[in-house]
Amino acid sequence: MNFDFSDDQKALKSEARRFLEANASAERVRKVLDDPAKAYDEALWKAVGEQGWLGAAIPEEYGGLGLGHLELCVIAEELGRAVAPIPFASTVYFVAEAVMLAGSAEQKSDLLPKIAAGEIIGCMATSEGPGITTAATLKSTVSDGKLTGVKLPVTDGDIAGVALVLAKENSKPGLFLVDLDGAGVTREALKTMDPTRDAARLIFKDAPARRVGGAGEGMELVEQVLDRAAVLLAFEQCGGADRCLEMAKAYALERYAFGRVIASYQAIKHKLADMYVKNELGRSNAYYGAWALNTGAPELPVAASAARIAASEAFWFASKENIQTHGGIGFTWEMDCHLYYRRSRQLGLVAGAPRVWKERLVSHLERRNAA
Amino acid sequence: MDFNDTPEEAAYRAQVREWLEANAPKRAHQPDLEGDGRSMTASKAWQAKKAAAGYAQITWPKEWGGQGGNPIQQVIFNQEEANYPVPPNPFQIGLGMCVPTVATFADDETKKRFVGPALRGEEIWCQLFSEPSGGSDVAAARTKAVRAPDGSGDWLISGQKVWTTGAQFSDFGIVVCRTNPDAPKHKGLTMFWLDMHDPGVEVKPIHQMSGGSGFNEVFFTDVRVKDSQRLGAVDDGWKVSLVTLMNERLAVGGASGAGWTEFMAAARDLPGLDGAPALKDQALREKLADWYVQAEGLKHTRNRTMTALSRGQTPGPESSIGKIVSALQMQDLGNTALEMLDQFGIIDDPELAPLRGAFHTSVMFAPGLRIAGGTDEILKNIIAERVLGLPGDIRVDKDVAFKDMPTGR
Repeated sequence: MNFDFSDDQKALKSEARRFLEANASAERVRKVLDDPAKAYDEALWKAVGEQGWLGAAIPEEYGGLGLGHLELCVIAEELGRAVAPIPFASTVYFVAEAVMLAGSAEQKSDLLPKIAAGEIIGCMATSEGPGITTAATLKSTVSDGKLTGVKLPVTDGDIAGVALVLAKENSKPGLFLVDLDGAGVTREALKTMDPTRDAARLIFKDAPARRVGGAGEGMELVEQVLDRAAVLLAFEQCGGADRCLEMAKAYALERYAFGRVIASYQAIKHKLADMYVKNELGRSNAYYGAWALNTGAPELPVAASAARIAASEAFWFASKENIQTHGGIGFTWEMDCHLYYRRSRQLGLVAGAPRVWKERLVSHLERRNAA
Repeated sequence: MDFNDTPEEAAYRAQVREWLEANAPKRAHQPDLEGDGRSMTASKAWQAKKAAAGYAQITWPKEWGGQGGNPIQQVIFNQEEANYPVPPNPFQIGLGMCVPTVATFADDETKKRFVGPALRGEEIWCQLFSEPSGGSDVAAARTKAVRAPDGSGDWLISGQKVWTTGAQFSDFGIVVCRTNPDAPKHKGLTMFWLDMHDPGVEVKPIHQMSGGSGFNEVFFTDVRVKDSQRLGAVDDGWKVSLVTLMNERLAVGGASGAGWTEFMAAARDLPGLDGAPALKDQALREKLADWYVQAEGLKHTRNRTMTALSRGQTPGPESSIGKIVSALQMQDLGNTALEMLDQFGIIDDPELAPLRGAFHTSVMFAPGLRIAGGTDEILKNIIAERVLGLPGDIRVDKDVAFKDMPTGR
């Protein structure tokens, strides 16, 4: 039994933490938060690229480090802990993963080296409005290699160079790569709940589109990409949730009320213990997801669903109860609590809400038990 | 990251499997959910077999009858043993908590006298700590031990313990007693071992709300014990009890019984809203997903603990969350199953209720599990204080002589 990261992977994690403490401090994150014109931290993005993190799981033949997904998981945890204001998830967990999973040799050679080098930002465009996007509701269409339709919200759609778009071709869903700087693309930035992560409305009118994977395989492919992204996002959520617990603990130990530190009251102690329990359940499920992702195990869809559900719950709970532990000061703009609260909503929704994943999980369990 | 044994662990597992296949019972024993001792003969026979082969306490040194093994080997044995319908283990409190305490504080002769019979399941031990006036607050014990007036140096023990697991089958017990009521509560306790067959010991099984009787009240009336039965120094019993309690978390398990798999099977077969199977009910599906995620989280938390053990490390705090999560889930899952049965849920007849009433058993037993071996609230205190490092509660009784402590009744 070796259900833990290796010493090398732990060293990478420590290195990532040191790097982000120096390069993605709360002060730096706030520069993106407070400036509506600033979509992301470009200097941090460049530095992260120089560290090689963007290509951690990309094979060396495509310009990556060729490490593996476990290495990507430990980096993800630290990015979540730092609420890093960069388009890492969109580019790496969604677009790079989709291209590695289903891209043609030409698509891989074209995109993966650019992603690994930090030369291009990617985004995932499935949603078309409020509610869940299904094959039945999908409106965007591709015909003769040209995409027409409207996608919103698309996280990082305002800054990305390439989008992965779900659209119907001959009435069947497919997944398509679209050059966002090419013809037929209009973008409008949207106001988001977490301004450290931007989003856009993408309007396509006869924009050239290249299909990824087989015709009509769009929904299946999106599910596979989501499973991979869910595991990596779960590590970001675990990182954020642990940081919330640390913040709550540190504050409770220094704040006095009624003549003693509030950390000595059971109402606060039990709240923090509840946070700890949820964080551990999130972490253990995320570890199993990491194992399944890294080994390509058939358990991945179930493991990823469990990781997403547990980690989303942990981060949401920790981020809201962190504010509660801080009391009034936690409700101010100046305290960092809301950075995590906002990010917990961004991460909890960007790959589909937990209730969607609960349905997916039970469907998988039904199929597994029927088999 | 992988789920494989190391070569040494794999070799040990193979050896254990071979032994179990040759020796373990193949036929199901009588179920003993409530711990009322109906399987005692089978339990003793199985324990004797394990002891003879060195599997009763694998981590104990060889001269005590163990294998001098490491904790991971014990875990491997437990995993493999769970694949056979072995009888319940009423010896764990003795072997996991009482006997190690005796072995730590008693002389060699006493140690030698007790270790072997306990290991072989010939003698059963109980732990006499909780009292009517102190469940979570063990140090508030009132059962008193005073020197016998005859100058022999013996002690006379009088008082009452409660919630003593297995006292009705026990031959010996360790008991924490008040020896100095003038000192603050932690500083006036002394630990002894005693003979449960002494005429001054009366055991009354407790009729639990779940119907069974696994726990007892134990009354002491002038039970005479020799000073040589004292464990540790006079008035130093709190420190001795900490040695015992350190092992308790390993001895008290999490919830068992019907889990998400059983719930899902039941939901598939039962009608739900509009006559569709209950499993199609979105609210039930969301709950099912939550229970699955909790159960998997605990399973993989145990895998993390195993990893620490496998590397020779002390398991981290992650092992402390199990009972908090599983006991509450047992209650919630059982109750949701009852509600899924709708009006039929009131029937607790094993001939009629699904799974012979397993969901009803969960609902009726879970309240006890949420209390036994540390209440949910005490366990949260432990996480807050020992894991997160938050301050202990304000102790208003800290410097007060025990006799002056306020009491309810």
